[in-house]
Amino acid sequence: MLRELKILRSHGIQYVKNLRTQPVSELFRGRPVIAGNLSPDEINEIAGLCPVYAIDKEAGSMDLGKCVFCKECAFRQPDKIRFTNDYRIASNTREDLLIKPGVEVPVRIDENKVRKEIKKFFKGALKLRQISAGGDNSNEMELAATGNVNFDAGRYGIEFVASPRHADGIVITGPITKNMAVPLQLCYDAVPAPKIIILAGTDAISGGLFAGSPAIDRSFLDKYPVDLWVPGNPVHPLTFINGVLDMIGRKTNRMKS
Amino acid sequence: MNPLYPGIKNDSSPTDLAAIPVVEYNVFSDRVSDLLKDGSKHCIAYYGVETSGHLKFYCCIADDSDNCIAVLSHQQKGNHPVLKSLTPGCPQLHIFEREIHENFGVEFEGHPWLKPVRYPQDRYDKSKNIDNYPFYEIGSEELHEVGVGPIHAGVIEPGHFRFICNGEKVLHLEIQLGYQHRGIEKLWIERKDSLQRCLLSECIAGDTSIGHALAHAQLVESLAGFEVSEALQIERCIALEMERMAVHIGDTAALCGDIAYQLGQVVCETLRTTIINTTQLWCGNRFGKGLVRPGGSNYPLSNAVADEMLRVLADSGGRFDEINDRIYSLPSVLARFEDIGKISEKQALSIGAVGMAARTCGIARDIRKTHPFQFYKYFPIQPVMCETGDVFARSMLRNLEVRESVKIVRGLIEIWRQKDKDTKKPVYDYTLKPDCFALSMVEGWRGEICHAALTDTAGNIEHYKIKDPSMHNWLALALAVRNQEISDFPVCNKSFNLSYCGNDL
Repeated sequence: MLRELKILRSHGIQYVKNLRTQPVSELFRGRPVIAGNLSPDEINEIAGLCPVYAIDKEAGSMDLGKCVFCKECAFRQPDKIRFTNDYRIASNTREDLLIKPGVEVPVRIDENKVRKEIKKFFKGALKLRQISAGGDNSNEMELAATGNVNFDAGRYGIEFVASPRHADGIVITGPITKNMAVPLQLCYDAVPAPKIIILAGTDAISGGLFAGSPAIDRSFLDKYPVDLWVPGNPVHPLTFINGVLDMIGRKTNRMKS
Repeated sequence: MNPLYPGIKNDSSPTDLAAIPVVEYNVFSDRVSDLLKDGSKHCIAYYGVETSGHLKFYCCIADDSDNCIAVLSHQQKGNHPVLKSLTPGCPQLHIFEREIHENFGVEFEGHPWLKPVRYPQDRYDKSKNIDNYPFYEIGSEELHEVGVGPIHAGVIEPGHFRFICNGEKVLHLEIQLGYQHRGIEKLWIERKDSLQRCLLSECIAGDTSIGHALAHAQLVESLAGFEVSEALQIERCIALEMERMAVHIGDTAALCGDIAYQLGQVVCETLRTTIINTTQLWCGNRFGKGLVRPGGSNYPLSNAVADEMLRVLADSGGRFDEINDRIYSLPSVLARFEDIGKISEKQALSIGAVGMAARTCGIARDIRKTHPFQFYKYFPIQPVMCETGDVFARSMLRNLEVRESVKIVRGLIEIWRQKDKDTKKPVYDYTLKPDCFALSMVEGWRGEICHAALTDTAGNIEHYKIKDPSMHNWLALALAVRNQEISDFPVCNKSFNLSYCGNDL
């Protein structure tokens, strides 16, 4: 017992006190900012360079739902593009993931577009079933980390549960492989209504690097509305937790006693 | 060097295709059987390549005693050839023959079970699919089956486990994978853009981003004839050791979690966080994505990051030692680790186990030592070994390897400080040596990663083969749980922590 106490003491307090404002390393690749004065040639250059075609050849805007955060565009045009370490980049509308040149606004949840039942039923507690459908295990590990002692999303009642029967919704990672299309549908059907769908990571949002691969089947997403898009490669635990808190309408940062 | 086939070295120049003799299948079989007859060599890759109506096969066998890799080849006309299986004599080839059968419809006569490997989208027989895979049935009224997956209770990747049990005891575990198949090898050829290939390499198994990205970068550098500075080689080794430490500590947390030892779990969770946050400090990504690129680096190590790394290792390393001393002194932990999920040295050798699964059975397979690459060529390491082949060995190995990696990183940083620093940026525009075969191996935290490429006469990559260590080791898990309580399966599975996507590609 004394040894346990000694171990606890050498670890001290490890949990992140404020999940809204916790600083991350300066180099963390979060929300990009694009200068307004990109020339057509420069746009062409970075659009041609982008491995996932996330940059619009005409407008020079960048789609965070496609971006794999390799930062090669910023290395090529360091004066015009930079990746800030703002990790709050989740949104409930696909359009808001579009970063436009010369416009520096945070990516946020549009409260008016959140389905009413989400706030009504899930504000106090949200239980989620995670489905990896071709995820490379980095997103899965980051989602698991949201519940660890550091991030402790459980303090807000946000948890991953073992059975879809216990869940209020699903979180999909990966581009959705053909071989996972049937299990994904079965799992979604097993979640009682009302239920939500969250796409975590660039692969899930757009297919990412695997968009167009004959081994993936994204038809599931044509059938149901998506409630939250969480970009990242992989998603940072803070991106996920903040996105979910905003979606369910939890403003307070007060710890549960 | 053997005159019958070229013996190549890891991380060296590519081999001319003309220098790899294509022999008759019976000659090939004799040579392979001869090479694999003792435990000092194992097959690291054996695969088929389809070219204009022909099927050409490459088989690479690594000799751990002299750093050499033998490359053998045979060729078959038309599709659907029938060949005599080598698996009965060399069980470690079972997975490779299964893969060839699945991809090209080659029949291997005498193979015990040409079970599907991953149901790739371009498989030979499209009439079968993963959703109606017929699991092995024993047809007994006294035994029962337990199906687990493809979606698991935890936040992990999908795969199906089918147990045949007698009461609580597992008689047989069948593992069916393929749910994660994204068609990476095919995309590799279709996407000619070299940056896309770098990013794909990081996604083969995202928990081994650095390991696979390094295997790819090494291969490109070999084919393009790039020299990288010693400083950069050291930085890559440091990154690889950071990845190893982070995963090993995370696995220790998960193993403690599986046996409900909460203190061990939470302490190791936070320690893993400190390591991956240091990687994030270095390159902006907790998994090291973006850190390793061919020809140079976007994130050269700075003195400030190196200092912080040493500080974190001193602090977290000390705390990791403290919790491990406690973990391995608790009878309730030892009772759940010792003699659970055991595989013997003989089994491990016969299935061609690599990495941790081999080293925990007393087999000294560690590519850093046996086929050194990057700066490990000049910084010899001694593989950490355990003998008992059980969950205890696999968790203890992680504990010891973390301690060893701390020492390696300290040693490497010391040497790095004296080296001239490289300011070269990554190179994405390069020409590769035409008509060549090249191979690259890296000891990732799971074990041996192997990438192999063929170039055509124009210097384009014509074929790219990826092998994650999990390919070899999944069978080890199936063997480990035989005659165990089914309730011990989670801790056995975690103790191997194999990759689903690395297998499924």
